[in-house]
This record gives sequence, structure tokens and C-alpha cells, in this order.
Amino acid sequence: MLGRTANGLYWMFRYIERAENIARLIDAGLRMALTRSGSSDEDWDGVLQSAGVREDFDAVHATLTSADAIDFLLRDRANPSSVMSCIDSARNNARMVRTALTRETWEATNECWIELKQLLSRRAKPADMPEIIDVIKRRTGLIRGAFHGTMLRDDIYNFSRIGTFIERADNTARILDVKYYVLLPAIAKVGSSLDNKQWESILRSVSAHRSYSWVYDGDYSPANIADFLILNDRMPRSLAYSYDKIVTNLGYLAKLYGENHAAHDTASSTMMLLRSRAMEDIMEQGLHEFIEEFIVHNNRLGEEISEGYRFYR
Amino acid sequence: MMNAASNPRQPYEHYHEWYEGQDRARLIAKSKEAENLFRKTGITFAVYGHEDSSEKLIPFDIIPRIISGREWRKLAQGIEQRVIALNAFLDDIYHKQEIIKAGRIPRELIERNEAFLPQMIGFKPPGGVYTHIVGTDIVRTGEDQFYVLEDNARTPSGVSYMLENRETMMQMFPELFHINKVRPVEDYPKLLRQSLASLAPPGCSGKPRVAVLTPGIFNSAYYEHAFLADMMGVELVEGSDLRVVDGKVKMRTTRGYEAIDVLYRRVDDDFLDPLTFRPDSALGIPGIMDVYRAGNITIANAPGTGISDDKAIYSYMPEIVEFYTGRKAMLENVPTWRCSEEDSLKYVLEHLSELVVKEVHGSGGYGMLVGPTASKKECAAFAEKLKARPSNYIAQPTLSLSTVPIMVNKGIAPRHVDLRPYVLVSDKVQIIPGGLTRVALKEGSLVVNSSQGGGTKDTWVLED
Repeated sequence: MLGRTANGLYWMFRYIERAENIARLIDAGLRMALTRSGSSDEDWDGVLQSAGVREDFDAVHATLTSADAIDFLLRDRANPSSVMSCIDSARNNARMVRTALTRETWEATNECWIELKQLLSRRAKPADMPEIIDVIKRRTGLIRGAFHGTMLRDDIYNFSRIGTFIERADNTARILDVKYYVLLPAIAKVGSSLDNKQWESILRSVSAHRSYSWVYDGDYSPANIADFLILNDRMPRSLAYSYDKIVTNLGYLAKLYGENHAAHDTASSTMMLLRSRAMEDIMEQGLHEFIEEFIVHNNRLGEEISEGYRFYR
Repeated sequence: MMNAASNPRQPYEHYHEWYEGQDRARLIAKSKEAENLFRKTGITFAVYGHEDSSEKLIPFDIIPRIISGREWRKLAQGIEQRVIALNAFLDDIYHKQEIIKAGRIPRELIERNEAFLPQMIGFKPPGGVYTHIVGTDIVRTGEDQFYVLEDNARTPSGVSYMLENRETMMQMFPELFHINKVRPVEDYPKLLRQSLASLAPPGCSGKPRVAVLTPGIFNSAYYEHAFLADMMGVELVEGSDLRVVDGKVKMRTTRGYEAIDVLYRRVDDDFLDPLTFRPDSALGIPGIMDVYRAGNITIANAPGTGISDDKAIYSYMPEIVEFYTGRKAMLENVPTWRCSEEDSLKYVLEHLSELVVKEVHGSGGYGMLVGPTASKKECAAFAEKLKARPSNYIAQPTLSLSTVPIMVNKGIAPRHVDLRPYVLVSDKVQIIPGGLTRVALKEGSLVVNSSQGGGTKDTWVLED
């Protein structure tokens, strides 16, 4: 496979994952705004930070309003991580690696782009938001379905999966990075209703507010929430789950190509970090520091993969 | 579809009968369905200079253009003769130049032509083949009467539409393929791959590795490049994926550099090798021409083939065919005035409103004047351009092209068409029974180019 093709697949799936994650963040933000009295601009600040685009936003807007924040996250092409920009980039990458994709996967991607381009051609009215979020989730879901249902499990599949999970791990870690203070033990003791809302918002932004209650028997605590998002390897958006998938897919590549790269060591040691420690332990030593370190490792892994598999010249 | 007596022409008999039994509203709905199918698949092309709508669909008409087996056989013989002559011509002008010595073609016409590459002099491409893929543009003016418009011997495009049009028709109207015996075209990618692989360079050991070279996703024909690579099961590469390593052209893969033996390039000569041609080209591979000359890669089509489909050379094709095959050309050339010749220029200027004037090096229907439909002002402006650079133009009469029916909201209406069959050359010449029928969608228009609002149709060659 061409290095450029591996690169294109990796980024195509990172962008699809990102588009979906941004939609989920917007959804959680809208939910927060609905359930609180008074201004919700502060919540949107958190959403923009979690999306990693707070500075980009300030470069275009003098003040923060919820309408501007939503528009920026949804369809502003000046924001490379807006849903529309992500879908544009995903499709461009898909076009570039067209020969590596099944017809079904390509068409699902192309149709996603066609519908969203139409849907997001003008600023969204608040009343349209539920439908828009729904279309984004459904369309990206269709791409995933076509991909899983039709793609051969070869290196093409592995690079796509690695892209998906590096992005997903980054996204979940970023949400934790921005909201870590809500989960600190000291504050948890206070246990105000605002904190409860914040906790639920965190879970909602990774689509885990329902599954959480099942797994932890309805017991809302910062340690449990952190455990769910970080260490629980059955929760599909957790760091542990993401790394499980990354390590497995890198393993297939090592077997197929008969060679290991620095990326294999980095991924394994990060996974060990997530497997060997208990949540209390991590909380004890500093949740924030742990998350920051994770983000650094995750970024490094991305670079090592692109180097090891000759994504660029 | 109909003859002078208003009966369906023989190849259309079965189709006509079927059509009479169809509900028009259903057919119009089918037309829309076809469009959605194309959009979904992403069969688009880019129009240069339209920033806003950079991806467009080529309109597809659901009424097939049908050619009888008998008419096709005649056409195919003529095309084969012409393609053989083209290759012989190229081999000659890059070697002994007999045709120049014989005084049949002026020397300066070849050697001062931009499409003539001195780098190819004395070099024999693998298998002696210059034009691996040819797309001859043909028009029909009456029963058994065909003219060749252009030879398209460098990088003919559009074959993906031939394949997708057929695919779409079979999906939408399977019943039509029961009542008509249509010769298949879907083998094209397989034949193309075999044909390319059979011309591997001397330096290739083992199974030849074929790749398609594209300028990238922003090229107007990118869809086709990806489509062909996919259908052939070969890599689609860009210049940046390739480099010369140890005397071979290699592509950068996830496991390191791997050699390519046959490169089906969809990049123009100028951009192929910045060390040999345009130094500013980012689309090519520095040093590929050295690898080529050393016999370590096959480039299809060979660099320098453009000289054979140059519009200034075109007018000499009857002489060229006769010179190399010893027989009169079976397919006719459209009479052509070379504006570089004084008498011709005078005639052209006097008859501008009756003629089609084309740039010698132009393509895609750009920079041309269609006299009969142009305004007086347009003609006058064009005359000035013509006088300023006469050698840049040729002129041809407008032929009374035959028409075929297309589907419009009111039912069916006649439109002008041309036909581009695709030809593969290796140790044999293979002509795919069918081709791309381009249709001028505007009533009365003669311009079929997709960049100028033309559409396409499925083309059926019947077995009989």
C-alpha cells in the first residue's frame, strides 16, 4: 500500500470520528443550556475548549454567544474542526484513497458530504438543531456501517481503525482535560446540583449517560465517572478501549509487514499505564497531570505511526 | 432512430417497439434516478474556472445510441487501419523519417511542433508501441458514412463513462438487454491491464507491476483515474509517491520502496519529468525519462505521441495512412484548411460563417469558433485572432451530422452526437465494441464537449 494511501485512510477516519464527536459536544452543550436557568455562555466556553478550538474562535469573534459558538462548531470553514470542515476533509481524503475503499464505504461518505453540504449551507436555526445533530450522527453511522460490513480486514482496515481510535482517545482525553476540576475529590464532597449537571454533561458528551447507570448501578461519583471514561475497557469511548483497539491493529500491521516500529512500544506502554493502575491511584497522584501526560503520549503515537509507515516523504 | 420513411432504422427496431410501450412519466422519472445514481457514485468532473461549482455531473441521456453489427465491423476495420498507421508514423518520425524524406509531410511541421519530443529520437519504446490507448473521435453523417474528427492518441479520457453508462442502463432497464443482443464493454479494465502488462520493459523480471499516474484529486478527470485503477486492481499513484531509486521508478509504500514496471500516466508530457521537460512540474517524477531510456519502465502512452494527434498533422492523415499501410484510408478525414497556407487562410476568412475554426493545440472545445452559430461580432473578433496567428488554426466545414434521439420533458427530440470508441494496442489491436457517445444537449448545437454543456449516452453495438 502507498504511504500516501495509509495517510489518507488514517485522516479520513480521524475526520469522520471528529465530526461525530463535535456533534456530540454540541448536543451536550445544547442540553446544558436547556436545563439551566440564566446565561449558558460559560458552558459554550467549555465546549469550545473541549473541541480544542477556543483560540480559533477568539480569532474570529470578539464576544462569545451560544449562537456564534454553535455556528463556529457546526459549519464555519475557518474552523478546521467544524463538522463541515471535517466532512470536507474526510471526503477529500476518501477521494484520494478511493481505490482502497469499497464502493459502499465511498458512497456512504460521499452521500454524507452531499447531505450535510445541503443542510449546513446556511446558519442553523435553533429549532433545526435536533435534526441536524441527528443527520450527522446517522450519516457518520452509515459510513461506519458500510465500512464494517464490506471492508476486507487487511492493512487498509487497520490504518482506518487506528485513525478512528487515536482521534477518539484524543477527544475523550480533551473532555476530561477541560472538565477535570468537576471530578476532583475535594469538590466532589460538596456535591451540589450544579456538579451533578456537569457530570451528566460529561457523560452525555461521550454518549455514555445511559450506559453509565447500568455499569455503576446509578451511583454518580467523580471516581466512577473518571473510571468509566479512562479505565473501563468495555466502554467504547474510553481511553482503555481505544488503546486496546490501537494496539490490536498495530499488532496486525506488525505481523503483516514483519516489522515493529517505535509506535508499537509507545502504544503498548500507554496501554499498560491504563491497565495497571486503579482509579483511586490516578486520582491520588493527580488526575489533571495524568490526562495531560496521556494527551502528549497520544500525539506522539500519531507521529510515530506516520513516520514508521512512511505517510510522508 | 428513424429512417426517411419514418420507420425505425433496423438496429433500433427492438428498442423502438419497447419504447412505444413505455409510460413517458416513468421514463422521465428514470432520468432523474440516473442522475442521482451518478451523483451518489461521485462520477463527476471538474470544470476549470468555476470555483463555486468545482464538481459537475455530465448529463446522462437514457436513450441508447445503437449501432448495427455490420456498421460496426466496417468502422472497426477503419479504426484499426488508422491506429496501425499512427504507430508506424510515430516510429518513423522518431527514427528514419521516411515520410519526410518522401516529401509527404513538411519537415518543419514535425520538428517545429511543440508535441514533437527530440528526446524520443532513436528510442524504441517497449514492444514498439507508442499509442497503447487511443480514443478516435468519429461522426456519422449517413448510412455507412463516417468521418474521423480527431485521433486522441495521447491520453484519451471518458472511458469510465462508457463503463458507468452501461452499468447504469443495465441497472435501470434490465429488460432491454433481454430483447437486444448488446455486445459487452465491461471487459475493458481487464483488457487494459493485460495489454499494459504485456508491454513490460526489458528490465522487468517477474510479474509486471502496473500503476496509474494521476495529477491528483483536483484534476478534472480524477474520478476516471481512480475508477480505472480500482477496476484494474492496480495502485493509483501521484508524482509525489514516486522516485527513481537504483535505476527503477519506485513507489513509496508502507513497507518501503517498491518498483513499478508499467506506468499508465494521465499526466501530460510537459509535466512528466522536471529534469527533462518543464522544470516547475510538481506532478512528475524527476529522472523517469532516464529510467525509460534505460529500458526499466514502460510509459503509456509513450512520451511524444502527441505529435500524431496534433490538429496540424490531422489534415495529413489520409497521406499518412496510405504511406504506412499501402492502402487508401477506409475512414474519411473531415476536409481541413490549414490556415498557415495563404490560399487556405483567404478561403477561411471569406467563409468564416460556414466553418468551424479550431486551435491547432486546443482541446475540450475551448478557443474554437462555430461559424454557423456565431454572431457577426464574434466572427469579426475571431478573424482578427486568425490573422494575427494563422498557423495556430485549422478550419473545417460543418458536417451535416446525423442525430440520435434524446429524452426531453416533452418526449424525444433529435440531437447531434459523436462517438469515441476505445482502442488498446499491444501486439494486437483491440477495439472495444461500443464507446462514448457524446451528445450536444442544446437544440441544433454541434459542440458535444462536456466542458461546454454536452452529455453522454450508452452506446450499443449489436451482435448480428
